Amino acid sequence: MSTARPKFLNLFLIRQPVPAVVSVLHRASGAILFLFLWLFLIGLQRSLASPESFDELKALAGEPLVKLVMLGLLWAYLHHGFAGIRHLGLDLRWGIQLPGARASAWAVLVLSLGLTVVFGVLIW
Amino acid sequence: MVNRELVTVAHYGWRDWLVQRVTAVVMLVYTLFLLAVIVSLPSLDYDHWRALWEFPVMRYAAIFFVVSVLLHAWIGVRNILMDYVKDAGLRLVLYVLVILALIAYGAWAWQILWGSY
Repeated sequence: MSTARPKFLNLFLIRQPVPAVVSVLHRASGAILFLFLWLFLIGLQRSLASPESFDELKALAGEPLVKLVMLGLLWAYLHHGFAGIRHLGLDLRWGIQLPGARASAWAVLVLSLGLTVVFGVLIW
Repeated sequence: MVNRELVTVAHYGWRDWLVQRVTAVVMLVYTLFLLAVIVSLPSLDYDHWRALWEFPVMRYAAIFFVVSVLLHAWIGVRNILMDYVKDAGLRLVLYVLVILALIAYGAWAWQILWGSY
């Protein structure tokens, strides 16, 4: 069946509902975490290797650019985690009605961004 | 009526669904555990940090976390590739690269936890 329906698929112009935004960011944050897995391992390795490498790591964590990367990864971890908890809740049929689903989606966005900002203020 | 029983015959869907959730819970619990442990350290210096990882419970808990990450990442990344990479050959190559990377990360984590760092 092929009908000539009008298509409007520019993702940057479509206003997505909040649960859809959380869903897209869940996927994006998961991809980011996967792509940066090596960084977590290097961090753990350098933190344990020797007192010198521990101090180097600590000094590196003071660099503004490194702080930004750390905050980006922290946001990805928090968003993926909170969106994951929300997902587990939906599996258990908690908040599957639209108002509840919207409220929990807002909670995921606000909590992950909010905690990232709080941590950013603390380390800056 | 649509015959729902013949939609797919692969049957890994329900297993992946379960693995994704079990590993998610393991990672959530581990995250809280690690946070609590770090917060309870007298100070975050090398000696305390290093001594902490001498406890077997830290290493075994970390292995649970690492294995969960690897399984969870495989299912998630495979789903993403399934959705966006249309060319079967390219998709296969990417699957292989992801699997090799995850195995390497697992070996690396093992080496950090039990090897000579």
